Amino acid sequence: MTRELIIAGFGGQGVVSSGIILAHAGMLEDQHVTFFPSYGAEMRGGTANCSVVISSEPVASPIVAEPDILIIMNEPSLIRFEPQLKPQGLLLYNKTLIKSEPKRTDITIIPVPANAIAEELGQGRIANMVMLGVMAKKTTLLKLDTLKKAQRVRYKKASEEQLNLNDQALERGYNFL
Amino acid sequence: MVEKRLMYGNHALVEGIIYAGCRFFAGYPITPQNEVPEYMSIRMNEEGGVFLQTESEIAAINMLFGAGAAGVRATTSSSSPGISLMQEGISYIAGADIPVLIINVVRGGPGLGNIAPAQSDYYQATRGGGHGDYFTITLAPNSVQELFEFPRLAFELAEKYRNPALILADGLLGQMMEPVEFTFEPIDPKTLPEKNYALTGCKGRERRVVRSYDLRSGKLEELNWKRYKKYQEIIKNEQRYEVINDNDADLMIVAYGTCARVAAATMKMARDKGLKVGLLRPITLWPFPKDKLAELGARINNFLVVEMNCGQMIDDVRAATRFRPQIHFHGRPGGGVPNPPEVLKKIEEILGGAQ
Repeated sequence: MTRELIIAGFGGQGVVSSGIILAHAGMLEDQHVTFFPSYGAEMRGGTANCSVVISSEPVASPIVAEPDILIIMNEPSLIRFEPQLKPQGLLLYNKTLIKSEPKRTDITIIPVPANAIAEELGQGRIANMVMLGVMAKKTTLLKLDTLKKAQRVRYKKASEEQLNLNDQALERGYNFL
Repeated sequence: MVEKRLMYGNHALVEGIIYAGCRFFAGYPITPQNEVPEYMSIRMNEEGGVFLQTESEIAAINMLFGAGAAGVRATTSSSSPGISLMQEGISYIAGADIPVLIINVVRGGPGLGNIAPAQSDYYQATRGGGHGDYFTITLAPNSVQELFEFPRLAFELAEKYRNPALILADGLLGQMMEPVEFTFEPIDPKTLPEKNYALTGCKGRERRVVRSYDLRSGKLEELNWKRYKKYQEIIKNEQRYEVINDNDADLMIVAYGTCARVAAATMKMARDKGLKVGLLRPITLWPFPKDKLAELGARINNFLVVEMNCGQMIDDVRAATRFRPQIHFHGRPGGGVPNPPEVLKKIEEILGGAQ
């Protein structure tokens, strides 16, 4: 089974980190993985996105044209990527920051107040962890515990306090559904 | 089981270079390979090697000439415009028969171009690139794992034939992350055999000369013929490729690097639809795997060449298959990257039209 994801949002929302955490978690669960970020002429406050493929077989193409799962953190990314989602695909979007409604009727849509939940934990910037937690629950693609392990690799220079907060955000997302 | 590490392609290249026993790196930053010098500056320091950020690409390639002439494994890395600047030096190195490793993480061109992935330097890489009658052994990795493994292979081939070797990657391979298995033990440079041409100080032995010319009448012609024979040997012995699903194929995709990954996904989609599609992936671009293509071209009627350019390798496919089969093309120049659905559409047009 192969599942292709695109994660998109503002630069600074942890979009690229989320992708790396997913890829790392996939590897820890003995899946084949690829991660590819948009790179280069991006700027702070501009849009960032990355593609992740997690598969039981070797990954042929790291380029995701029609994702199975979309994790959308801001409004411009919703407009750009919603049309690309596969029919019957899963759209998770950050309800706190996105005011417009998704238009597709052939997909599963889950609005997540990701920034609001993160703010309750005291830190808006961990909204990305909330989204990953929701995805783990909804898709059974990756275990919550594996995501916790993977975030500790990604943020290996962070304080124990911060890492625990990330874990909590993952859990809040996981228990959101 | 060998430990796996999730790595950027550019970082895997650096580890591959270190593991290959190379302890000399000179280069100048350019996107999309900046992570190579950045990470190399840390790793070379840890390994007690030489890392030099030079004042220009021209300086880097000439330092490589010097290090190679001194008999050590030496590498530079750049991207398209920087590689163009290096061509004079590469020609001198080829003319002096010095093995070095040059890495091109290709970006969109021509000119300044852009920083997106591309394969538009195929002609430059496979036709020598600079002036004079010469070739560089050119390897085309298509995964982060191969970015780790190919520096060693490149040095082995370069030293076997005393010829510069090139790794032709692209921005996507450099920027992507995949798990890497460290499949071999790091090579200790001290264990590498001494070179009989190396300029190491001639005290107590005959003096050696490394140069790309010989001004005596007729000598340069002689040298070129000698090198020509070497190239014939390389062409005979070193054609590398991967071939999948050719036995029943109605159509073979020919693609390397990133495009080979896209092609592999397309092949799977096509097979699911009952379309008999195979894939030939050249691993050496020079020498081009023309013998295998000649064999395939004699029995398969349709070929689709997929490249991130307007059509360069397609010339080699046409020549290798002796213009017998139908050769189709799908290209994305200027930093465009093809995706599997669009390549599948092209295949459906070709095979649909043939039925």
